[in-house]
Amino acid sequence: MRAVVTVIGKDNVGILHKVSGICAEMGANVIEVTQSVLQDMFAMIMLVDITGMDKDFAELVDRMSALGSELGLSIHTMHEDIFNSMHSV
Amino acid sequence: MLNVYNILETIRMIQDECLDIRTITMGISLLDCIDTDIDRACEKVYEKIVSRAGRLVAVGQQIEKEYGIPIVNKRISVTPIAMLAAACPGGDVVKFAKALQRAADTCGVNFIGGYSALVHKGFSAGDEALIRSIPEALAVTDNICSSVNIGSTKSGINMDAVALMGQIVKETAQRTADRDCIGAAKLVVFCNAVEDNPFMAGAFHGVGEPDCEIHVGVSGPGVVRSALSKYPDASINELADIIKKTAFKITRMGQLVGARASELLGVPFGIVDLSLAPTPAIGDSVAHILEEMGLEMCGTHGTTACLAMLNDAVKKGGVMASSTVGGLSGAFIPVSEDAGMIDAATAGVLTIEKLEAMTAVCSVGLDMIVVPGEISPETISAIIADEAAIGMVNTKTTAVRLIPAIGKKEGETLEFGGLLGSGPVMPVKESSAAKFISRGGRIPAPMHSLKN
Repeated sequence: MRAVVTVIGKDNVGILHKVSGICAEMGANVIEVTQSVLQDMFAMIMLVDITGMDKDFAELVDRMSALGSELGLSIHTMHEDIFNSMHSV
Repeated sequence: MLNVYNILETIRMIQDECLDIRTITMGISLLDCIDTDIDRACEKVYEKIVSRAGRLVAVGQQIEKEYGIPIVNKRISVTPIAMLAAACPGGDVVKFAKALQRAADTCGVNFIGGYSALVHKGFSAGDEALIRSIPEALAVTDNICSSVNIGSTKSGINMDAVALMGQIVKETAQRTADRDCIGAAKLVVFCNAVEDNPFMAGAFHGVGEPDCEIHVGVSGPGVVRSALSKYPDASINELADIIKKTAFKITRMGQLVGARASELLGVPFGIVDLSLAPTPAIGDSVAHILEEMGLEMCGTHGTTACLAMLNDAVKKGGVMASSTVGGLSGAFIPVSEDAGMIDAATAGVLTIEKLEAMTAVCSVGLDMIVVPGEISPETISAIIADEAAIGMVNTKTTAVRLIPAIGKKEGETLEFGGLLGSGPVMPVKESSAAKFISRGGRIPAPMHSLKN
């Protein structure tokens, strides 16, 4: 099982560090990261493996969302199934 | 394979274009709760609903978290209560409504639908008692919805029931006049009612359905409008293709959520209802989709054609996305629940006559329309008869949900709040149809009902 973490907002020092730090604490393994900074806008999409997580997936969602509020970023954590089912036949 | 564009598109749909799952609705059969003692029957009803749906809200919230998609309503539909009332003649039928309300409170659901009777060919035991109890039942409860099926293509239209429902709709509004006549907003009169509808106020659990199942109703007018706005010069058939692709994506999400809910709750997955259901929120309006197609305002000439195309394209896109499509499946046009419709009705461009024409080509009917408080029961019945005739002849579901604004006239509004929105009082014809309604009897089924 995999989840997608998207981070969009104003660029700042240590965003990737903080997001991946939460993943590590929760036991979610980062598989792939795509990120771009256009002018001062930061956009990152991170694919994480949640199979080995020792906590509830809902807790990961809440912690990411709280981090987003704290940093003034929009952070979404969603199960990959929603993207797979919506965009493929 | 995941790609960045698709991921960002999904997030934009949810964040900016009001994409949501409108409802997960658990259908529960109450046939095994029938008892000759009404109090015992009510207790069985309460116990059965709570035992099946006790985890519905928690599971809905879990899925919201997992997929990051809002599920606006968690609801329950039950076997038409008239069937239970039939076993206990002389009992106070409103007790069932109170038992349902108690179950709704315990489960934490938004609505329970099924305070219903199916009388399209005639009244059987329990039906008339239930119908006559509707005004009180909807006045003493908050989360119970009621529906009555008065006609079908197969059996014609029960004009005695049509006459009775005119009185019941008016009385229901009167009983809740101090709360903006909210009772009437929870009452719908059907022709060709469907047995697996997840949407309120018309949801009930048909007798042909399994003991318990999960239905999903999707939403997404904002997403469709936004997709169309990117192609200002496209031809109509190109627009139809864009709508199909968008409806596919929306429905897939519904299918995913339904399948997950079914797995977590351990009950079979029923259907995905493809309806485009608007809300009064900005950017979530079916009227605005029609305006995006090139109408200055919804309700003007051309509206019926645009709506017919929209309704058809939504079905074509959605049907491939789900293994089990059902319910009402079409574009809804509830006036008070749609910001664009409210504006068009207030401006006088959208009239009841135009809405009636629109209902011939879309789901579902004259929905959430506020009419003057002085409207006679016979005029309400005549509007119901007209709408039922459209459903009967066109072999489709039609419905009437009128809210007589007690003490108010044209130019004033009723404010329901929440998803039910607000509606301007719309004028109706002054000429009487009382003689027609007083005749009673039945409009025979049309020729094409004889298919066997």
